[in-house]
Amino acid sequence: MNAFEYAAPRTLDEALAVLREHGDEARVIAGGTALVTMMRQRLLNPGHLVSLREISGLDRIDAANGDLRIGALVTHRNVETSPLVQEWIPVLAETFRRVASVRVRHMATVGGALAHADPNQDPPVTLIALGACVEIRGAGGGRALPVAEFFRDYYESALQPGEVVTSVVVPRLPAASGAAYVKFLPRTADDYATVAVAATVSLEPDGERCRSARIALGSVGVTPIRARAAERLLAGQLFGAELLRAAGEAVEAAVDPLSDHRGSAAYKREMAAVMVGRALTQAWDAARVSARGTR
Amino acid sequence: MNCKIRLTVNGTARAVEIPTYRTLLDCLRYDLGLTGSKEGCGVGVCGACTVLLDGKMISSCIALAVSANGHEVTTVEGLAGDERLHPVQQAFIDAGGFQCGICTPGQVVSAKALLDAIPNPTDAEIREWMLGNLCRCTGYYKIIESIRAAAERSRA
Repeated sequence: MNAFEYAAPRTLDEALAVLREHGDEARVIAGGTALVTMMRQRLLNPGHLVSLREISGLDRIDAANGDLRIGALVTHRNVETSPLVQEWIPVLAETFRRVASVRVRHMATVGGALAHADPNQDPPVTLIALGACVEIRGAGGGRALPVAEFFRDYYESALQPGEVVTSVVVPRLPAASGAAYVKFLPRTADDYATVAVAATVSLEPDGERCRSARIALGSVGVTPIRARAAERLLAGQLFGAELLRAAGEAVEAAVDPLSDHRGSAAYKREMAAVMVGRALTQAWDAARVSARGTR
Repeated sequence: MNCKIRLTVNGTARAVEIPTYRTLLDCLRYDLGLTGSKEGCGVGVCGACTVLLDGKMISSCIALAVSANGHEVTTVEGLAGDERLHPVQQAFIDAGGFQCGICTPGQVVSAKALLDAIPNPTDAEIREWMLGNLCRCTGYYKIIESIRAAAERSRA
């Protein structure tokens, strides 16, 4: 690693001031799992690191108007094991459990995973399917953005220089709804996905017909991808093999995977359709159970 | 750009002056002489550098030493008491939990962290917890047996 200056301010305002002073030369560090690895590989050589680790209040998981607000410094392991997350949004706890290893999950943070903007990560996929929003602070104040609009390109997010992710707000599923996260891992359990899919399905009052659905995919493009065309096909429909086939076709048209050691682009495209079918089947089943419980 | 940090390592307060880019692993090995923790992959995947930071296992090869300032680090050297091995270490010897030994410090520290968090783990819990510790001699069954034995002894 190259030499750099390190600052560990105790308040967010101080951190923002240091970031403003050094512009592009500065990088924010939280858990460090992504950033230190990239620095060791000399992919990044920042002159200044600004640590968020000494700032209090960013490591909390709170109930906020029926939604969950998860602070940027909350670790993946904290999300996975939080009783509140497990009770309110179990698919989110399950998704974070699928990231790398317990050891890495002790280090990696929720805000860091978003800011890193790696299209192979697990959490963004489920956050998009759940309709979560990322909260951002900069010198000019705060703003919020749907996670679905946060990722712009390969390792590029909507964060401007001097801005910091402070939290992510995750809504609970409405009544008669289900969610699923499926991760295709042909190599090792701690690997990035070859294809990952998160789906949410909300049913009409009859407990069978789809009212609305959200589908998001990871590892099949330069950003996580929301499959809006497939979502539109599902609205108003009953579950069935033909519907899953049509949704899979729409997903194949929406993804743009890269060939790598996890599979060829053509293979990943086909597997995206297969995994969307599995995710929708699980989410639909969960939604039916949820609908029966509320009637 | 050097900085001074203070940390508690295996129960002893230590102060070191290090460059900001020093990883926690290099700080332990080269500044503090604790060479038990090993560098394998250097990117947080293999687990050979596993240490505990405030009781939680982490990859010290991708942690900056400066970020451990004011915190507590436990390495494999901190597990054994006077003249007596930690139950996990003894179980690894008794059950043949290591072959060439390069991954062993990381395996042992991870196993200790597991038993601290889950004193009576199921085999599934052992496998999930330990999947981030690679053994290229592929002695995984013996490692799982060792951890099971350590848990049983702790119960006795």
